[in-house]
Amino acid sequence: MSDHAAPVRKPVHHGTVPNAADVSFYDFKGRWSGIYSWIFSTDHKRIGIMYLALQVGFFLIGMALGFLIRLELIAPGKTIVTAQTYNAIFTMHGVIMVFLFVVPGLSASLGNFLLPIMIGAKDVQFPRVNLFSWWLFLCGAILAVLSFTTGSGPPDTGWTFYAPYSIRTGTNVTMAAMAVFVLGFSSILTGLNFVTTVHRMRAPGMTFFRMPLFVWALYSTAWLQVVATPVIGITLVLIMVERAFGIGVFDPVKGGDPILYQHLFWIYSHPAVYIMILPALGAISDIIAVHTRRTIFGYGFIAMSSVAIALFGSVVWAHHMFVSGQSLVANFVFSLLTMIVAIPSAIKVFNWVATLYKGSIQLETPMLYALAFIFLFMIGGFTGMMLGVLSVDVHVHDTYFVVGHFHYVIFGGLGFSLFGALHHWYPKMFGRMYHQVPSKIAWFLAFVGFNTLYLPMFIMGWEGMPRRYYDYLPEYQTWHVVSTVGSWILIAGLLLMFGNLLRSLKTGKPCHELDPWGGGRTLEWTVPSPPPLENFDTIPHITHGPYDPDVPEHK
Amino acid sequence: MSNHSIALTAHKDYRGSKLGIWLFLITEITLFGGMFLLYSIYRSEYPQDFHHAAAELNTLVGTVNTLILLTSSLTMALSIAATHHGNRKLALIMLAITVLCGAGFMVNKYFEWGAKFHHHIYPGSEYLLAHPKGEVLFFGLYFTMTGIHGIHVLVGMVLLTVMFIRILGQPNSKVAFVAGHGLGEIEGCRMAFVDASDRVVWKGDEVDGSVQRIDVKTKFWPVKQRFKVADFNQLENSGLYWHIVDIIWIFLFPLFYLIT
Amino acid sequence: MSDHEHEEHAHEPVGYGLYFLTWFSLLVLTAITVAAAGMHFGNMSVVVALLIALVKASIVLWLFMHLKYEETIFHRLMWVVIFAMVVFIGMTFTDTLFR
Repeated sequence: MSDHAAPVRKPVHHGTVPNAADVSFYDFKGRWSGIYSWIFSTDHKRIGIMYLALQVGFFLIGMALGFLIRLELIAPGKTIVTAQTYNAIFTMHGVIMVFLFVVPGLSASLGNFLLPIMIGAKDVQFPRVNLFSWWLFLCGAILAVLSFTTGSGPPDTGWTFYAPYSIRTGTNVTMAAMAVFVLGFSSILTGLNFVTTVHRMRAPGMTFFRMPLFVWALYSTAWLQVVATPVIGITLVLIMVERAFGIGVFDPVKGGDPILYQHLFWIYSHPAVYIMILPALGAISDIIAVHTRRTIFGYGFIAMSSVAIALFGSVVWAHHMFVSGQSLVANFVFSLLTMIVAIPSAIKVFNWVATLYKGSIQLETPMLYALAFIFLFMIGGFTGMMLGVLSVDVHVHDTYFVVGHFHYVIFGGLGFSLFGALHHWYPKMFGRMYHQVPSKIAWFLAFVGFNTLYLPMFIMGWEGMPRRYYDYLPEYQTWHVVSTVGSWILIAGLLLMFGNLLRSLKTGKPCHELDPWGGGRTLEWTVPSPPPLENFDTIPHITHGPYDPDVPEHK
Repeated sequence: MSNHSIALTAHKDYRGSKLGIWLFLITEITLFGGMFLLYSIYRSEYPQDFHHAAAELNTLVGTVNTLILLTSSLTMALSIAATHHGNRKLALIMLAITVLCGAGFMVNKYFEWGAKFHHHIYPGSEYLLAHPKGEVLFFGLYFTMTGIHGIHVLVGMVLLTVMFIRILGQPNSKVAFVAGHGLGEIEGCRMAFVDASDRVVWKGDEVDGSVQRIDVKTKFWPVKQRFKVADFNQLENSGLYWHIVDIIWIFLFPLFYLIT
Repeated sequence: MSDHEHEEHAHEPVGYGLYFLTWFSLLVLTAITVAAAGMHFGNMSVVVALLIALVKASIVLWLFMHLKYEETIFHRLMWVVIFAMVVFIGMTFTDTLFR
């Protein structure tokens, strides 16, 4: 070895900068420059922002498609597009929103950015795998877009690819399934990375019960990603093989059972709902703790409820299939288990409300989003309970009630949480503060628009308006019009929000304080904004819980 | 200068990378788990048809393939053990046998599938579709599961071949020290390596104005009884992948060949 | 983080003999399972075949894959995946068995 070689020095890398610790990761001059400094970077912060950029881009596309759906439905019969185009539009809306926006969700973007900082690490365990995972995501996204624009027409199956229709339709299902497979692989690698990072890279003294709640949520999510995602991978591979070779496993003509497709699909896709929502719940816990300026109430319960949701969420999948023709026994079992998932979710809500009590509530924009989140998530949750009850579900299955429910949970839940989290960590990520007034107006428009858009769906659904229909009876029109008007308000709010955040990248007030909110106690508020390349000059030594008020060192 | 430099050395945590590999193995298990789910349900629905269809498969070929894979698992484990004992030659031989076993498995599989195709048994064939539904499903699952398993064997072979080349490429060399700027400080000097008691081991030429940069290249040999973790940790992790492919076959074999 | 160096090899190098023994026991189990398939246990034959496969898989995991020498986290991983498989397959049967 070279132990005795005279000039013992650390290997000097291409990026040599004076006092690297003071330079933000944006200004760090690495081996690459320009766009390459992003797409070849293994820095978790850059990867997180790259995910965020892609996700926001696809969100805007999905939003435009949603706008078209609502516009088509403003009146019965043909309004702007044909029925086949309408089928393709709602499929694209579903695939883009589910697989390109909410499944990566908070975990890939903000999770990547914050997880290592929050546990006191310099990066994730496998930085190169992390970059590879982003590239897979990009490839999957390109494949998905190609499947919409090439071949024999965009898929018209809905995002669920239900057999046997998906194996018969002439549209471009094979490529879309391939896209989802690749995206799933990307999601698995992120999960794998996060589990290993949490196990191996916590700073000294950072025990499991000193981790911030966002980290707990990401950790639970990561487990779901690792265990459940391969199931959808293989299911979609089987669809592709079925379409190519006709093996018959989902084809009733050859003895296959399409209901088994639904089982396999939901074995992943129900936990996937929790993959989407869990990090959102975690982020809300952190936002509330900061903007009420107090210790979170029931830390242990919230942490454990994340784990419990991951666990119970894996055993309730067949509640999507109450009217599919599965056995009554299965209906009973899964209906009962569905009730159980409500418990950990409710624990979280109770603890958030208890945190607000006697807290010093600061109605800054992130807090507004967090409060809106609690409201919307509760409506989504309660309607979810109703859908989990067998007798109710038989009545409203495949109606707009279901559409309203999951938009309340996924958009009202994950979406609003992501927007809140973006506003919350924006100064940390970009070193600038966004403009306050437009951000609050945007929040108000989004909140009002959201409820105008989705609340009528419960009423329509209850009255029997089926989902995915191109045409409808005239008596539903009033609520459809209200809903469509709501979509305009919502979109105005969202455009204002994204516009404001984008504009603030250039014009926002520079904000280099460690803790611009004045109430942050977790580790990300102890590093500069934006953080330096490897986050910490020296790895911190943790002596107390994440939300404890400034306790003496010896505690 | 060292104050001004920042070491971007990769974080080396071999336990961590092993944990990562194990998590990856879990995804492999649940991937096949989805197909085992289909198998178990169709099996319980069509026990007789599965019974008849399995009679078409050649138990001998299946058994031989099982023996081949089990043996390859042995040689894989021996190869890793050999690295632990610092025996590079044995490690390479065992690794080569492992890859060859994998190839043998694939050749066997090729002829087995070929024979099936020859008898008009393949997904979607009219001959097969004339059979009862359970048999169609049996062969649908048979081709899918053994096919996907075969792909995994191929991936494993590629992985192990890469490992073979890496270990063959020993000793590793590494540029450990690069001096670019700041050379003016030592202009007119010579560079020397000294041992622990400051005796000069090696002395270089004079560094004059023409020298642009100095690289020190070091080489690493695995010492007997002690091996370099960095090099062989990857072999262990590749080995884990190979073993999990074997384990999946351990389940595929009785479920497809031994239910007659 | 500094204690990683000590963890790198918690266990002593394993001798070759144990691996040959493992291999041999796997061969014997293969012979048994092939022989058992020849006998007619009726419905039990699946159970017998699966049990033997489980034993073989455990041997590979325990000895070839060094689970014996690993920390508890690796053992827990296996329980997680076994639990997941049992739940996924078992709960799907609540549908197909009672349809």
